[in-house]
Amino acid sequence: MALYSSTILYIALFFGLYYQIFLLVTFFEKEEENNLSEKKKYEPTVTIIVPCFNESKTVAKTVLSLLKLNYPKEKLFITVVDDGSSDSTYEEALKIASLGNIRVLRQKNSGKYVALNKGIEMSESEIVGCLDADSTVAPGTLQKMLPYFLQDKVVAVTPAMKVHNPKTLLQRIQNAEYNIGILLKKIMGKLDAIHVTPGPFSLFKKSVFKEIGYFRHAHNTEDMEIAFRIQHHHYRIANCPQGFVYTITPPTFKKLYKQRVRWTYGFLKNAIDYRHMFFNKKYGNIGTLTLPFAIISIITAFLVISNSLYHFSSYVVETIQRYTITGITFNWFSFDPFFFNTSSITLLTFTMLCSSFTIILLAWSMVEGKARITRDIVYFVALYGFIAPLWLAKASWNTITSKAVSWR
Amino acid sequence: MISKKKYIIVFLITAGIFAVAFIVSNYINDKRYEVIKTTADKISIDILSLETQFELFQESSCASLANPVLSDEINALADRLSYAENQRGINDDDVITLKKYYSLLEIKDYLVMKKVDKRCDVNPISILYFYTNDEGCEDCAKQGYVLTKLRSDHPLLRIYSFDYDLDLNAIKTLITINKIPKDSLPALVIEGKTYTKFQSVEDIRKIIPALAATSSATSTQATTTPRK
Repeated sequence: MALYSSTILYIALFFGLYYQIFLLVTFFEKEEENNLSEKKKYEPTVTIIVPCFNESKTVAKTVLSLLKLNYPKEKLFITVVDDGSSDSTYEEALKIASLGNIRVLRQKNSGKYVALNKGIEMSESEIVGCLDADSTVAPGTLQKMLPYFLQDKVVAVTPAMKVHNPKTLLQRIQNAEYNIGILLKKIMGKLDAIHVTPGPFSLFKKSVFKEIGYFRHAHNTEDMEIAFRIQHHHYRIANCPQGFVYTITPPTFKKLYKQRVRWTYGFLKNAIDYRHMFFNKKYGNIGTLTLPFAIISIITAFLVISNSLYHFSSYVVETIQRYTITGITFNWFSFDPFFFNTSSITLLTFTMLCSSFTIILLAWSMVEGKARITRDIVYFVALYGFIAPLWLAKASWNTITSKAVSWR
Repeated sequence: MISKKKYIIVFLITAGIFAVAFIVSNYINDKRYEVIKTTADKISIDILSLETQFELFQESSCASLANPVLSDEINALADRLSYAENQRGINDDDVITLKKYYSLLEIKDYLVMKKVDKRCDVNPISILYFYTNDEGCEDCAKQGYVLTKLRSDHPLLRIYSFDYDLDLNAIKTLITINKIPKDSLPALVIEGKTYTKFQSVEDIRKIIPALAATSSATSTQATTTPRK
């Protein structure tokens, strides 16, 4: 058992460290074309589609944030598609329809991907984007993102997603996670290895849909599948780390759990659908790095957490047994360097933690302008490792048993 | 576009970090082994010195004999050895050698103390404890907790612990003399009498009533407890 668990840990540590070093090396590599947002200007016609389902409280705010974009009004179009809401979403959208080039459509509840496709099909713009109705955009974001389309073979551009006004403990954890995600997306963008074009404000060349097809149901993760498909057709997805989008994140564990089970399930199912890309050099870094390491990280999370639980429960049982037999005794803490744990596993774990902290601080420096340890980072480091395996386990189980995950 | 060179460079960096971690860990472990060995050597000299001192002063008064109680270093040695056993594994050759050395020191100390007791009537309270690291002996761990507790409550209590499975003739002789079968572990030998199976703190206090009087003593002497 001990040999088995230490071998597994060594393998997990090797892959974990390899991945982190790969990310850091890529981050510090010189970019061929950096800061495109400032260097180039590109102002095509743009249609932003806002698919909604029971978003009466947030749809107006979302659309208003689009109207505040620093972009020529005659080139910006907004299409709100109400996906058969049972609340007053449609009416709320109509109220603000006269404020700009806003079109409000309504369809029978058919799913987000159908709503998006409807908006794309009706659009006559060169660029189409989508914006979930629970998100808002910073005024300069669109202008910053568009120049990335001038790069060869780029057909989609993703923004930098931030958490809107994090309040609860879980939202603060997500705030740290999203900030780290901005750095990781930037790195993945450099590697042409982005595997998701998120609902909040990803932009696409409209022509690409005609060529590779429109959004699909894709296990309720159409934003992941379209990214897989783009990569499959050897087009590129760029990332604009300066273009901020603010999204409302789940405030409670139940909602977060539901969302993450859907994401992870969607990823696993899409990964199975696109399994031919794994370890296939033809598809670049997404085939050799992103997809294999995403799967490895899920497996590693299980192994590490089960190993930790095994050791922790053994310790608890031993402590209870000791106190049952001898009663509670207090031992003064005494420091002796001899007993400092210097096993290779401890040293490697420490190295990996240092590398993780470097990535977190680099993310903070990039997103917040200063590398510092905040409350959100502390919450993230202390708790994320305990909660994430819960949805990873559920999503993996659902994938194995082919039990579909609902959107809501 | 895949940069094969980068994949290889990152692999080499990762492998390099692993190599450094292994080298540093091994280096520190070797240093630990040296520390334990040095401590054991010092204790060995202490015992030899005590024995020699005892022979030299055999004809004179017991008062002229230096403090027969060994330093706390044997306790520290036991803890360090136990830690090394935990880190490097019970089958590590260096650990086994050190355990044999330590067991011999314990037996030597036990014999010297018996001689001192006979001549000077110091009446040391000692327990010989036999355990095994085999999975089957669940009570061995429990017995270890009990003896650790007694050692901290009664500093004058001398606990000599022996790994039943250690391939050392001196231990085998002790086992034969005290007639201890393996299936009766854990076993304690107190004042020449063998007690098999688990003995609680209360059981041992009943066997050794003098323990109550020793808890206020200042001198310390005890040995290791087994680790599973």
